Amino acid sequence: MSQIHIKQGRIIDPANKINCVGNVYIAGGKVLSVTDQPADFTPDTVIDAQGQIVCPGFIDLSTRLREPGQSRKATFKSETIAAASAGVTTLCLQPDTSPVIDTPAVAELIKELAEKAGYPQIYPIAGLTRKLEGTELSSMLSLKQAGCIAVSNAHQSVKNLLILRRAMEYAASHDLLVMIRPNDYWLGNNGCAHEGAVATRYGLPGIPEEAETIALAQCLELVNLTGCRVHFGQLSCKRSVIKIYQAKKYGLKVSADVAIHQLHLTENDIIPFDSSYHVLPPFRTEVDMKYLRQGLASGTLNSICSDHQPHDIDAKLGAFPETEPGISSLETLLPLMLKLVAQRAITLEQGIASLSENPARVLHLKRGALTVGYAADVCVFDPDLEWQVNAGNWNSQGINTPFWGQTLKGRVTHTVQAGNVIYSLLC
Amino acid sequence: MIDNIQLNSEGKLKHFLSIEGLNKGLLTEILDIAESFIGMNDQQIKKVPLLRGKTIVNLFFENSTRTRTTFELAAKRLSADVLSMSIATSSTSKGESLLDTIRNLEAMFVDMFVVRHAISGAAHFIAQHTAPHISVINAGDGQHAHPTQAMLDMFTIRQIKQDFSNLRVAIIGDILHSRVARSQIQALNTLGAAEVRVIAPKTLLPSHVESLGVNVSHDLTTGLKDIDVIIMLRLQKERMTSALLPSESEYFKCFGLTEDKLKIAKPDAIVMHPGPINRGVEIDSKVADGPQSVILKQVSNGIAIRMAVMAMAMQKQGAV
Repeated sequence: MSQIHIKQGRIIDPANKINCVGNVYIAGGKVLSVTDQPADFTPDTVIDAQGQIVCPGFIDLSTRLREPGQSRKATFKSETIAAASAGVTTLCLQPDTSPVIDTPAVAELIKELAEKAGYPQIYPIAGLTRKLEGTELSSMLSLKQAGCIAVSNAHQSVKNLLILRRAMEYAASHDLLVMIRPNDYWLGNNGCAHEGAVATRYGLPGIPEEAETIALAQCLELVNLTGCRVHFGQLSCKRSVIKIYQAKKYGLKVSADVAIHQLHLTENDIIPFDSSYHVLPPFRTEVDMKYLRQGLASGTLNSICSDHQPHDIDAKLGAFPETEPGISSLETLLPLMLKLVAQRAITLEQGIASLSENPARVLHLKRGALTVGYAADVCVFDPDLEWQVNAGNWNSQGINTPFWGQTLKGRVTHTVQAGNVIYSLLC
Repeated sequence: MIDNIQLNSEGKLKHFLSIEGLNKGLLTEILDIAESFIGMNDQQIKKVPLLRGKTIVNLFFENSTRTRTTFELAAKRLSADVLSMSIATSSTSKGESLLDTIRNLEAMFVDMFVVRHAISGAAHFIAQHTAPHISVINAGDGQHAHPTQAMLDMFTIRQIKQDFSNLRVAIIGDILHSRVARSQIQALNTLGAAEVRVIAPKTLLPSHVESLGVNVSHDLTTGLKDIDVIIMLRLQKERMTSALLPSESEYFKCFGLTEDKLKIAKPDAIVMHPGPINRGVEIDSKVADGPQSVILKQVSNGIAIRMAVMAMAMQKQGAV
């Protein structure tokens, strides 16, 4: 493994409270030293990071790479390149693949696909219930032993609360993290847009915020009952932020994230029927967006995820309610985080922490920091470099992003994963 | 945005997808042009050569008798060649996508699509993806819009009441699922009606209905007070099975329009219904067939309005 010298960048490492211009030295796949030059260090790779920011590689709590089962949408090959080019060094894969990640064999297949793609730091999230059907528990312990980092029922709601209670109890027995996107199946009513003025005007089936907040409230009660460690993903509304705040204050072991696009878009953006904005949970109101931003700034929501969902073109070609929800969002993750900083919603340190230190903490991983001895996952980016979201600058197989054609600011120049340079921007 | 896609660079109608984005002047122009066609109904030869040589395809992905027939007649009276397709029972059931269906028909040198589809936004989608010379007329998409129905209703109201500015209009029934109601509300507000009132139980109202610019009532007896125009909406049977209503009879008791309730409205109030009517569910036969009912007039007017819209949308190609 090579020795890498990342030279004279602004190092921002929130976990170690570092924010200074300096050097990062990597050897043997690990962080060897930050700022102080080690003795006898002869780098075989030097990365000039002058004028750039050097931070821990990003950890994404919710990604879909579509394999196995839907390689027409995306592949490990295409999406790991996209992840590397976005500064993301660790991916957590949602279990709603085909077949579902609910047996050790599928978890092992994921690991194999990751190795083959040259991007080993992919953690499968196992199904909370078998086939995500919400009726029988998955073999959580075997799945954990096969490398699954958490359990989740992805987009499928567990409709029966007794089953959810037992799943949480069982997960807690094996110290497994349960990840939940709260959504009451019945209140969601197969909707496709926020139940608000826009859905009313356009006759779109609405999803009320109560579909999220009621499910969240139920889950919080079950956390209290079972002592299970739960992370809530992709929250979308004001009252969810308030509920998480209250739960934490009460002392529950919970954490929560928000998908990056929820911090920038609202129900108005879907007007009139733009399927690139079709996403679940749906974009809600300005007020909700404001609370999500404040939740992030105050630490109530500790992480940002990409909620990356690449699609083939056909998935988005149709009348809005008939199109598939989801955005290809790995590659816009950093510029959209930087936009929050530019708009003074959060500080740069908070933005970086919400993509590295904090998700690492959620997952109990020794990553997300430039701590000496940790695996050397590093992202080097130019915060001022502007680029257009277009085919020439895009790596994901899914071009389903509402930001297509826009010029965004901030671009990754180098990504190091466990001491290997997995991405360099060719200028 | 909506107004851009519906209008060409000169601000003329290119597609007719929804009332939203069209101003009072344009809506009035539609009504005026329809007025000029209305006399044709009584003539021996009910035809003008405005769209001679043009090919219009009625694409009905959802069943309809009245709308489809009046669109077909309107096209024929404009001398267009017209083809009506019920796609609910043909290609899409073979797995063909909406876009493939459109592309195939485009390849047959079509000038206009008249589209009805069960999903909101379908007409917009087709207008966005069809060849630039083709016009798209929305004949009803999901719960979103049914602009020609709304315009024929406006035409009927204007025929009888002349001016919109003093009118109080009540729309009664299943607003939640009604594309007709959404388009009517937009049209009435654009044309300057004094008040649009919706009367329904909460289960049949969309969550943010006030944002459409209406007053809301849950009681027909008080809601009908001072009303000049009563528009009844059809109640689908499946509303009972999806727990939106307890029973047809209870609905009729609360929201069915009877002769007694009609008396609460202004004495010269007119009764409208986009059809097909459910006698004894939302409206009593005595009212539907009574002197204040203009339901059949609406149907006749449907032809003139559809002729007007088709002629205007083709105008960009020098047809008129």
